[in-house]
Amino acid sequence: MAESAVPAHGGGGDEPTRRDFIYIATGAVGAVGAAALVWPFINQMSPASDTLALASSEYDLSQVPEGQQVVIFWRKKPVFIRHRTAAEIAAARADDNAPLPDPQTDAERVVQSNGQPGKAEYLIVEASCTHFGCVPTFGGGSYGGWLCACHGSVYDTAARIRSGPAPANLVAPPYVYTSDTIVKIG
Amino acid sequence: MSGPSTYEPKTGFERWLDQRLPIVRMMHDSFVDYPTPRNLNYFWTFGAILMLCLVTQIVTGIVLAMHYTPSIDDAFNSVQRIRRDVPFGWLIQNIHATGASMFFLAVYIHMFRGLYYGSYKAPREVLWILGVVIYVLMTATAFLGYVLPWGQMSFWGATVITNFFTAIPVVGEPIQQWLMGGFAIDNPTLNRFFSLHYLLPFVIAGVVILHVWALHVTGQNNPDGIEVKDKADTVPFTPYATIKDLFATVLFMIMFAVFVFFLPDALGHPDNFIPADPLKTPPHIVPEWYLLPFYAILRAIDFSIGPISAKLGGLMLMAGAIGILFILPWLDTSKVRSMRYRPVARWFFLIFVAVCLALGWCGAQSPDKVIGQAGEFTINATYKPAAGGEQTLTATGHTLEAAEKAFEKQRAATVASAGAGELTTTVVKPFQFKVTQFSQLLTLYYFAFFLLVLPILGLRETPNRVPETIAKAIGAKRGAAAEKGA
Amino acid sequence: MVRGFLIAAALLIAPAAAFAAGDAKHPHKEHWSFDGPFGTFEQAEVQRGFQVYKEVCAACHTMDNLTYRHLGEPGGPFAAAGKWDAASGSWKDVHLGAPHHGSRYVPAPDNPFVRAIAEQYEITEIDPTTGQEITRKGRPADRFVSPYTNPYQAKAIHGVAPPDLSVITRARHDGANYLYALLTGYADPPEGETAPGGATNLHYNPYFAGGWISMPPQLMPDRVVYEDGTEATPEQMARDVTAFLAWAGEPKQIIRKKTGFATLIYLLILGGLLYAAYRQVWRDVKH
Repeated sequence: MAESAVPAHGGGGDEPTRRDFIYIATGAVGAVGAAALVWPFINQMSPASDTLALASSEYDLSQVPEGQQVVIFWRKKPVFIRHRTAAEIAAARADDNAPLPDPQTDAERVVQSNGQPGKAEYLIVEASCTHFGCVPTFGGGSYGGWLCACHGSVYDTAARIRSGPAPANLVAPPYVYTSDTIVKIG
Repeated sequence: MSGPSTYEPKTGFERWLDQRLPIVRMMHDSFVDYPTPRNLNYFWTFGAILMLCLVTQIVTGIVLAMHYTPSIDDAFNSVQRIRRDVPFGWLIQNIHATGASMFFLAVYIHMFRGLYYGSYKAPREVLWILGVVIYVLMTATAFLGYVLPWGQMSFWGATVITNFFTAIPVVGEPIQQWLMGGFAIDNPTLNRFFSLHYLLPFVIAGVVILHVWALHVTGQNNPDGIEVKDKADTVPFTPYATIKDLFATVLFMIMFAVFVFFLPDALGHPDNFIPADPLKTPPHIVPEWYLLPFYAILRAIDFSIGPISAKLGGLMLMAGAIGILFILPWLDTSKVRSMRYRPVARWFFLIFVAVCLALGWCGAQSPDKVIGQAGEFTINATYKPAAGGEQTLTATGHTLEAAEKAFEKQRAATVASAGAGELTTTVVKPFQFKVTQFSQLLTLYYFAFFLLVLPILGLRETPNRVPETIAKAIGAKRGAAAEKGA
Repeated sequence: MVRGFLIAAALLIAPAAAFAAGDAKHPHKEHWSFDGPFGTFEQAEVQRGFQVYKEVCAACHTMDNLTYRHLGEPGGPFAAAGKWDAASGSWKDVHLGAPHHGSRYVPAPDNPFVRAIAEQYEITEIDPTTGQEITRKGRPADRFVSPYTNPYQAKAIHGVAPPDLSVITRARHDGANYLYALLTGYADPPEGETAPGGATNLHYNPYFAGGWISMPPQLMPDRVVYEDGTEATPEQMARDVTAFLAWAGEPKQIIRKKTGFATLIYLLILGGLLYAAYRQVWRDVKH
């Protein structure tokens, strides 16, 4: 490089410090800008405001006959609303103190999101198995509740996990009763 | 320029990798130790700026494709949803739409720079041709992208451009239908345009790699157009060119940001905020600004030449305006590369730039617009009253309406005084210079510049003395500056 | 020599008339609160504008790209702030306008003003369990209700489909000034000028291209009764509804301009530093 257009710099005095400061400051400011620029490109993949706005839906429970269940959509996910029979409720309560993988009492399974007790006859849970998200089928398994056919998880009449690979009970979405029969989910 | 590599692996891993995939060596030789002429001016930073533009368009484009729906029922609304509901969608969509204009602005400066400093001449012909290929691909990508928001301009722009193909005899119409996937611009067209709009930028990126490769084989041209003789003429790319490119890129980003944040609609057309309507053509269809000069050339041909219709002729000239760039390296006969040392060619070049800008202006105007007129409209009439005799009436006006109005007054007065009779009128129109005629003159110069000026001037012109080396050129410039200062 | 010729040519040719006959009159440049890089929307103005839209425009014009929740987004006509009360799971002390004293923007779907507006509308939809058509009260997530039951009805009723107003200020050149001029610009036609083809359902308006518009004049004095007591003059209503439509065309424009300032300041600092670094790097190289 001896014959290059770039002269060799003689080191001298405070010159290197000032030079280094400019380079470090420029690099730091540039890095901050690059980091700030990345955020919009990451955040754009989050749910958009139209998607978020659909986050709650209302349902009239009087449409569900006793012993039946309906599947409704909440946040584009299926949710079971089961009108339980007295026998189902009794079976669930009887097992409140049984050894459960994810212990919860039946009353805790129907509590509203504002902390108020719900209605025992209406069990509202997300219809996706806590294992890998398949939709369980009612009437399967040996606990009178749901069976997930994908990997054999069995839920009881309070949608609590009883056997199989799923780690937790079916998740109850947040909901409140806005009247005697209307429930607002989300 | 590709001398022996100066890369020395520093760590064990770098040595290990270098023997298997010498990618670090390639980057080092191309972007760190690469010898760069030391006399480059700011026009040489546009390569880096264009790189920024391409990356920006690809990144924002991929993001937009996550939210856009290519269907004629949803396309317009999905773009609105991006602007209203998607987090930062307004920002990313603005960057992408404005970015297209910025990309073309930068590429035009880059091309004019190459033209002025003779960067297309041996040994850089392939480098130049690859650049023109990139430009053509950019044009196609921009056109396809403009269709996607599915506004009025999208739809009618696509209709007009696909109709270009019908100018081709016999096979034209089948080609047009094949392109559209139907008999009009419709859902199949929108879907394939979306697909191709997504594909082409990656093709551009591929050609850019070839372009940079070719650049690194021949080395950069420079404002003096002198080949690099030895190391005294150059500086290493990093940090010298890198820091200058970064600085210029930030200046460019400032302008970019002004448009994105404060003038987002300035470069677009309001009609594209009206959803596409196949039943109603907007009164003035214009392409985006960066295609206006070619649009003006297309419309300049309003006459047929022998078997070639005006439609086909305009199309051929428009294609020729870009096509001629491919053979430019062999049209210019001058031995001197940079117009810095070509006193006459420099003036022709400046006029050429002005002509291109003027063509752009013409492209945005209605072709019938009158730019200027010599004289006034005159209405001459002879009036023969039934009672006998003959009177002459003359009225003038700047417009035909004004002349008619003035004439009507005279006629009424004459009829009132001389009674009913027979009137014969002739209208003398002044010479009117319209946009079409202006475009024709400009088109003539555009082609004459390439086909006459560059070939002939190169043989006739006496160039100024070209310094032997870049170092001497810088010395001469410094000397002149010192003299001026003193 | 060539330049000399060009100048000579320019002198010979007199400038042509600026406007050909039939061109629309250019709108007067109004002053708008949202003009320029520092401009912003006045909430009271866009609220009144929404009222004019709701009570006058919405009878014939759709506004497909807007939902009721948009009205409550920051910067919107019904943006509101309040304090989140975790215990009751609801918003307390909700007031219109920007947040202050520790309050923050109420998410638009929960905004009580927006909910109240949405509930004034009836939404017709198909009940998925019965397959029957049902009506329900509007919700914030619903799109602005169209006055038509299908897209063909607009044209069938009016002869010309009234344009959608979602982005109307951006879909017209000089949008806000044009709209204001159009709404206040109805006049008697010049003497002797009649509607094309003698049509009786067209109205003369010099700001409209061609001069004859299908929309009859709408903004008569006191056409609406403003809730805030502002006198409803035609000019006032036109101003307000124009401001509302300018907001609706690009609800993010205020955040856009604010982000722009931050970006520009940042880029100027970075540019200055890079210039200093550039001078440092090149200080000993002649070029």
